[in-house]
Amino acid sequence: MTTPLDDLFVKTRAENRAALIAYIPAGFPSIEGCKKVIQAFVDGGVDAIEIGFPYSDPVMDGPTIQAAADQSLAQGTGAKEVFQALKVATDAGVAAVVMTYWNPIEKYGVEKFAQSIADNGGSGVITPDLTIEESASWKEAVEKIGINPIYVVAPSTTDARLPKVTSRCSGFVYAASLMGVTGTRTSVSSGAPDLVARIRTTTDLPIAVGLGVSTREQAKGVAGYADGVIVGSAFINALLDAPNEEAGLLAVKTLASELAQGVREGR
Amino acid sequence: MTTVDDLAGHFGPYGGRFVPEALIGALEELDAARIKAQTDPTFIAELAELHRTYSGRPSIITEAKRFAEHAGGARIILKREDLNHTGSHKINNVLGQALLTKRMGKKRIIAETGAGQHGVASATAAALMGLECVVYMGEEDTKRQSLNVARMKLLGAEVVPVMSGSRTLKDAINEAMRDWVTNVETTHYLLGTVAGPHPFPSMVRDFHKIIGEESREQVLALTGRLPDAVLACVGGGSNAIGIFHRFISDKDVRLIGLEAAGDGVETGRHAATITGGSPGVLHGNRTYVLQDENGQTIESHSISAGLDYPGVGPEHAYLHDIGRAEYRAVTDAEAMHAFALLCKTEGIIPAIETAHALAGALQVGNELGKDAIILINLSGRGDKDVQTAAQYFGIPL
Repeated sequence: MTTPLDDLFVKTRAENRAALIAYIPAGFPSIEGCKKVIQAFVDGGVDAIEIGFPYSDPVMDGPTIQAAADQSLAQGTGAKEVFQALKVATDAGVAAVVMTYWNPIEKYGVEKFAQSIADNGGSGVITPDLTIEESASWKEAVEKIGINPIYVVAPSTTDARLPKVTSRCSGFVYAASLMGVTGTRTSVSSGAPDLVARIRTTTDLPIAVGLGVSTREQAKGVAGYADGVIVGSAFINALLDAPNEEAGLLAVKTLASELAQGVREGR
Repeated sequence: MTTVDDLAGHFGPYGGRFVPEALIGALEELDAARIKAQTDPTFIAELAELHRTYSGRPSIITEAKRFAEHAGGARIILKREDLNHTGSHKINNVLGQALLTKRMGKKRIIAETGAGQHGVASATAAALMGLECVVYMGEEDTKRQSLNVARMKLLGAEVVPVMSGSRTLKDAINEAMRDWVTNVETTHYLLGTVAGPHPFPSMVRDFHKIIGEESREQVLALTGRLPDAVLACVGGGSNAIGIFHRFISDKDVRLIGLEAAGDGVETGRHAATITGGSPGVLHGNRTYVLQDENGQTIESHSISAGLDYPGVGPEHAYLHDIGRAEYRAVTDAEAMHAFALLCKTEGIIPAIETAHALAGALQVGNELGKDAIILINLSGRGDKDVQTAAQYFGIPL
């Protein structure tokens, strides 16, 4: 059985290009506004969407996503709103996953969370603070339900440890391009190609690179060596910087279409 | 019975490691360094020398006879960690971790602080050992503990006020974790309590367990027997685990942790994590957490900045579940009553954190009666709290 995410990478590999994966926290800029952002992603040519589960203590996130999470939580976003946003994305015909810190999964119920992902058409879950050592219950749940567990690997992950993590992944492997938190950077870390090359020696899974990608040029560069390009903070900044929601949505769509060109120019 | 952690740092279902993959390498390096140091005679001698000649160990015990008159006549014995250099138990852990930092070849330490005790201790150790030091402190806490901010700056540390979230200890830890993820190659995160990802809960406990080892001998020498109960305040739980640990195998000794009930656990404005929380994951380990139905951390409240934390060390969670230790909650008002009482009956101004343990002793003493012996970890002195206490009691400044 394959997920829409698995199918996406079969397609983009056949087209000899990278996939564009866009991130938005559920409930940002508002519960309804998030649904419009998802539509703007789709209109702009995004291949897959990551719905963030806003969390009170996001240690992997820089100021931009922290601010977005705070704004979302202030409006009462919880599991229900996360799964609603997921369904909006999958109903629009794109592959979609949820990105969440571990505690909201544990609180919701591990197997129940995996089931709700599947029930809403979701392909999988990215878990940035779940180490493989603590993942026994999650492994059992995702295998039973048939969704993709996506773990993050970092430049500091050793060669000895890398296959242990990537062998637990399906869908894709999330390569954190640098040692640091989420946020836009003026350039993508020079360590990213090296990390992707090291991951390739351990797995045939697609590899998507995240952290610090915000422009068409950067997307093009990453698409030269990775199977997926993940962009988050740049979209949030586009929304935060816009004078009103309409302008923000237009900016998101414009950025998405530029990035969509970028991921097609890399090879 | 002991509660030795497994190799992955679990205490029953608690503890473990829930962190970004980027930190795994540093945590494994730290774990290897601390395990090697435990049996390295050079390290052991270096740390013992610092304890003797710098922090002033062994700390003494003091029998609080006039205070005891208010505690049902039980004998009350205070372990005087407040007399350590920097004024609290925190120095035990920072000296150990600072030595490890040097052994790992790192030149920069970062630390979080609530009340400022751990921040001051970290800045002190950094000054002593020539390390760069950055302390993250919630903006709210920099206001209520401004004296300690000045102390850290005098000691050469940079103090970064944290503006995110509730602007208290929990957010200071988040910000320190973000710094660590970014600068892990050059930087050691000198975590100040028995929480966080493995190996911190075990390592920090091991640097503090000297409190229980010393005081067990001292109480035996003074009274000829073991105490009936050992009491300590619990925020993250470092001073409590430090004094409890040596007594865990003494089955007849009751171990009682006093959490901060703030306005009262029933009001929701409290920091009593074991009493009023539920199992979850926060700051890298599974433990009791104050959280809502979506797993979002709920902000804690306490008059004591050092106890104002919505998590607790995983070993305490386990000791609670297996029934080896008891945890009670003490309100701001009860703690401040005990604070004032110790000042007036013994001439000792305790930290407001510590006053929670003293309030617990007033209860437990009355329960146990005349012949009981109660050992309390007097974890810190109250100089830093004079302003808060003066405001509380309406003393004009």
